[in-house]
Amino acid sequence: MTRPAGRPRRPISRVNRPVRPDRTGAARRVASRAAGLWIVPVALLAWEAATRVAAAVYFPPPSLIVVHLHELWFSGPAGRAFLTEDAVDHLLPSLARVVVAWVAACVAAVALGVLLGRSRLLGDVTEPLIHFFRSVPPPLLIPIFMTMTGVGTPLQITAIVFGVVWPVLLNSLDGARHVDRRYLDTCQAFGLSRTIRLTRVILPAAAPKIFAGLRLSIGLALIMMIISEYIGSTEGVGYRMLVAQGQVDIPSMWTAIVILGLLGLLFNAAFLHVERRALAWHSGAHDTP
Amino acid sequence: MTGRRALRGALGAAGFLLLMEALGRAGVIDTYTLPLVSSILAGAAGLLADPGFLAGVGGTLSSCAAGLLLACALAVPSGLVMGTLPAVDRAVRPLVEFLRPIPSVALLPLAMFLFTSGEQGKIALVVYTCCWPLLINTMYGMRDVDPLAKETLRSFGFGSLDVVRRVSLPSAAPFIATGVRIAASVALIVAVSVELVAGGDGIGTFVSDAAAGNRRDLMIAATLWTGVIGLLVNTLLAATERRAFRWHHTRSSQETP
Repeated sequence: MTRPAGRPRRPISRVNRPVRPDRTGAARRVASRAAGLWIVPVALLAWEAATRVAAAVYFPPPSLIVVHLHELWFSGPAGRAFLTEDAVDHLLPSLARVVVAWVAACVAAVALGVLLGRSRLLGDVTEPLIHFFRSVPPPLLIPIFMTMTGVGTPLQITAIVFGVVWPVLLNSLDGARHVDRRYLDTCQAFGLSRTIRLTRVILPAAAPKIFAGLRLSIGLALIMMIISEYIGSTEGVGYRMLVAQGQVDIPSMWTAIVILGLLGLLFNAAFLHVERRALAWHSGAHDTP
Repeated sequence: MTGRRALRGALGAAGFLLLMEALGRAGVIDTYTLPLVSSILAGAAGLLADPGFLAGVGGTLSSCAAGLLLACALAVPSGLVMGTLPAVDRAVRPLVEFLRPIPSVALLPLAMFLFTSGEQGKIALVVYTCCWPLLINTMYGMRDVDPLAKETLRSFGFGSLDVVRRVSLPSAAPFIATGVRIAASVALIVAVSVELVAGGDGIGTFVSDAAAGNRRDLMIAATLWTGVIGLLVNTLLAATERRAFRWHHTRSSQETP
């Protein structure tokens, strides 16, 4: 039933596979990957047909959503990168807040997590508390934060930071704690400085765990961004969506859903790209679900 | 060893609470913004006898459980099919990868239109959220099935359905269990979010009502209890996993929390 311990999961990882220099091979690979996506246009067509036949009020056909998406968000002047006023007022603040808050929270959480993980005492003392804070569903804290920060950007930043910090902190702590004893002994034997030990040994050893936490945090950051805009904001994609909902403007609501979905897709793809490069040496990295 | 860790952890938690109390009493933290720890804990004790809060907990947990069960019924068989038939997997995978990153709460306004009762909308969103970790973990578990065991059963003349039932499913079970644990924690987040925005019976509604009444102690106390519930559910599921799948020693290395 169990896998023999020595058998590798996948013989050669995609990154390590020798790249063939000839152009036609690359083109063929791109073409075959694109052909593998045939289900996407088929699904879109089926969706279009189904919504047209059923004429469902809450499900406009995708073609209408695309037209509306262009009109509402991306039909602005060329000088503003085709962004409409709606996009400048709602999309850009959302984006700026989620990126700034996510990056700040991750940097702080990784630094603190590695620090706590390297000290047995500090790690033991703080871990249960971190576990507890990680178990609190972060959206519940938005009303509490709102009494402290009021409505607006500080609320969104606080909410996203709180949502992101705990899983990243916990994973960084865990990763830094379980560095192979032999690596550290080797460092000592070679008399390496603390900086080199941290950047060359501890951080790479903890990286798979840290990345697992970061991957989890992307989804949480988006959830917190959206919820905090629903509850306490006068701008942002989430707020715009709630306005559309209030006006029973179904196509506009759908454009916001599409934008948020694309944001999720984009962030995930960008993250996976970075993760693959950073963890190319780590054999298990590609297979974690 | 573990006893000392537990002791240190308990000391850390107690120290944190005492520090917050001291900071509040010394006037460093404004007790209006953040009530004293003692008053929050008193409020938390009082909530245990508060029928409104208990009903809220019941509402949230029952929607989470219903959503999780429905998601299992949907995602695990789909994962089994995708894991057994590579052709289906190749065809459907891009759709999964496109739909999975959509933040579930982005569908909240739509769910509020589609479902006349808030309860149903909440369950629907929980189902949507829980499906992805369950599906991905099931598929991942299916990839890990020992081909030798499958071939052995086949050579003894078992049909492919029997192979799935007797080899693939038991072998993928630990991964599915991990999926359930991950799904349970996101289910709580989504259920509470829906309640905060759309109302209905639940902890989220209790907290926003407490906010409207400016009862900060109750807001924080209710949030604390939710954290305790989340921690309990997670610990319980993790312990069940460990007990039920003790034979599955490779699990810990690829576990995502």
